[in-house]
Amino acid sequence: MAGIPHDHYEPKTGAEQWLHKRLPIVGLIYDTIMIPTPKNLNWWWIWGIVLAFCLVMQIVTGIVLVMHYTPHVDLAFKSVEHIMRDVNGGWAIRYIHANGASLFFFAVYIHIFRGLFYGSYKAPREVTWIIGMVIYLAMMGTAFMGYVLPWGQMSFWGATVITGLFGAIPGIGPSIQAWLLGGPAVDNATLNRFFSLHYLLPFVIAALVAVHIWAFHTTGNNNPTGVEVRRTSKADAEKDTLPFWPYFVIKDLFALVLILVVFFAVVGFMPNYLGHPDNYIEANPLSTPAHIVPEWYFLPFYAILRAFTADVWAVILVNKITFGIVDAKFFGVLAMFGAIIAMALAPWLDTSKVRSGQYRPMFKWWFYLLAIDFVVLMWVGAMPTDGIYPYISLIGATYWFAYFFVILPLLGIIEKPLPMPATIEEDFKSHYGNPAE
Amino acid sequence: MKKLLISAASALILGAGSAFAAGGAAHIPDFAFTFEGPFGKFDQQQLRRGFQVYREVCSACHGMKFVPLRTLSDEGGPQMDPAWVRAYAADLDEAIDHDTGEPRTRKETDMFPIRTGDGMGPDLSLIAKNRAAFHGPYGTGIAQLVQGIGGPEYVHAILTHFEENPACAPDGIDGYYYNTAFPNGGIPDTCKDEHGVSTVPGSWIAMPPPLSDDLIEYEDGTPATTEQMAEDAAAFLMWAAEPKMMARKNMGFTAVLLLGLLTVLLYLTNKRIWAPHKGKHV
Repeated sequence: MAGIPHDHYEPKTGAEQWLHKRLPIVGLIYDTIMIPTPKNLNWWWIWGIVLAFCLVMQIVTGIVLVMHYTPHVDLAFKSVEHIMRDVNGGWAIRYIHANGASLFFFAVYIHIFRGLFYGSYKAPREVTWIIGMVIYLAMMGTAFMGYVLPWGQMSFWGATVITGLFGAIPGIGPSIQAWLLGGPAVDNATLNRFFSLHYLLPFVIAALVAVHIWAFHTTGNNNPTGVEVRRTSKADAEKDTLPFWPYFVIKDLFALVLILVVFFAVVGFMPNYLGHPDNYIEANPLSTPAHIVPEWYFLPFYAILRAFTADVWAVILVNKITFGIVDAKFFGVLAMFGAIIAMALAPWLDTSKVRSGQYRPMFKWWFYLLAIDFVVLMWVGAMPTDGIYPYISLIGATYWFAYFFVILPLLGIIEKPLPMPATIEEDFKSHYGNPAE
Repeated sequence: MKKLLISAASALILGAGSAFAAGGAAHIPDFAFTFEGPFGKFDQQQLRRGFQVYREVCSACHGMKFVPLRTLSDEGGPQMDPAWVRAYAADLDEAIDHDTGEPRTRKETDMFPIRTGDGMGPDLSLIAKNRAAFHGPYGTGIAQLVQGIGGPEYVHAILTHFEENPACAPDGIDGYYYNTAFPNGGIPDTCKDEHGVSTVPGSWIAMPPPLSDDLIEYEDGTPATTEQMAEDAAAFLMWAAEPKMMARKNMGFTAVLLLGLLTVLLYLTNKRIWAPHKGKHV
């Protein structure tokens, strides 16, 4: 697909021409920054910048933390307290890093749900979507391993529970678990490899982000109408778009700084609110905490993991069919990863020709229900596994799969979409009228 | 046997308690500490009193292995005189020298002593943070957030909620003390209903009631009631757990203020650059 027609960088001075012939880096930056962007993007499109900022913030604060942190079971907890008490501004760096993870996930969830509503995953943006899902998985791995590093009670027992999931895989599970842990149990080898990978993965994410941006700069941004930018001529394209700089850079920065006001209020006044108090107790392999609860951003998928208990008919059926190889525990693990794979498959499960949820009268409601489902799963993931909670988890998990595997394919066939604007220009004018003369 | 009991007790105090059924719902009363809320500050006199309670009472059984002694003179804390801290450090148990591995006189650059072994309680360095239990164990923690109930309230409640054994277990548990604020201790079977759920608030704790009226004589002349000492000790332990709280809140204000200003500027900039491309709202 040809890109959106627009002006390209022209080296003017001798020095610029000299460099451009040898390394067209200025041109690359120019074309990236000046990319034509649909001018009707709404406020749901600001989270990409927030995410890019989060990645940089986490890498910068992380690198500083590493300068004072010791990855050893006897010293890790102590070195974190050293950062909190003795390192100049160490408490600020650590609280920003810890709460930064929460902001990162908050932003990524909104970013993903934005994509789900406006059909950003649909052709020709499937590759952008898939890379995004890989980034999300890498983020989960990074966050999980990062949480282990302070070597508190939740670090230790969280690592024990999560690596135990891999142990549930029939046959090869125990070997995989031992390989992940570097031994039979969570110990110094585990801490060291998690530290190593926690440092590595963010740079992998950074590379993936570059590809993510490359992919959607090739296809062009989606927009709230889902109508493509006209590429017939530069003049037509310019009616639908504005360059990224300064229009969207300033808009996104405004949103980012507003979000940072809230973020720094959390860091300054309630930095431990989102964490678990037990993680201020040094890891003790001989004492299991009464309640092992993951960080809030893992709770929806944790709820799906726990939803499929041995008394659910689907679990019993699968268990019988596989002659007992897939038990309830393994079923839960498959469901948890399946829930993320279901999202990744959305481009091929959604049969509707219309991209944007704005013009899909039935889809809209199912989507809102999915968003509510996500919040309910997050809540129930932190609840005990007795009383009514397992039923809520099960209903929530079932709806998650039903949305992707049943509702999305069916809606495209039975739904009658609403009329759409012919161009982005038309949509923009319907909101803001003609530009002042 | 005694050792076994002690380790069971310390396991309980660490919040394990899988051997014992989890205790009944403990009531932790709210308490307005001076350091709560965005504008809250540590009360230096209170920190000094709390430190006095710690060194004359708590420190017999509880160490603070993550708190450097020199921080006692830091701004925002009890701000003890550095010479006094040096003398105090020298009076404490000997420290193990990092380089030689030999015992030597404790210096102000060392940590508070460690307390482990028979009859000793958990380290108090972070107790005010690791007992914050903002989330329940379950729930969103909104009530805690609004009321500011956290670790210091818990410490205060534990110190003041020792009570006579309830009617369901007049003899209690041998070597343990009934405390209506302690959530994780043992419960005698006679105090459980048919589902094994406790019928009494709190549970039994290994720590004997540590405070009684006029147990110490405050240097600033404040009457040393149990209530007063518990409040002061809780405040001191909050400082021990989060010594940089004041700096943190200051940073919060600076960041929110400056970023707020930047938000306004960017809002106006954004409005202005977009204006030529937008007509009036229709």
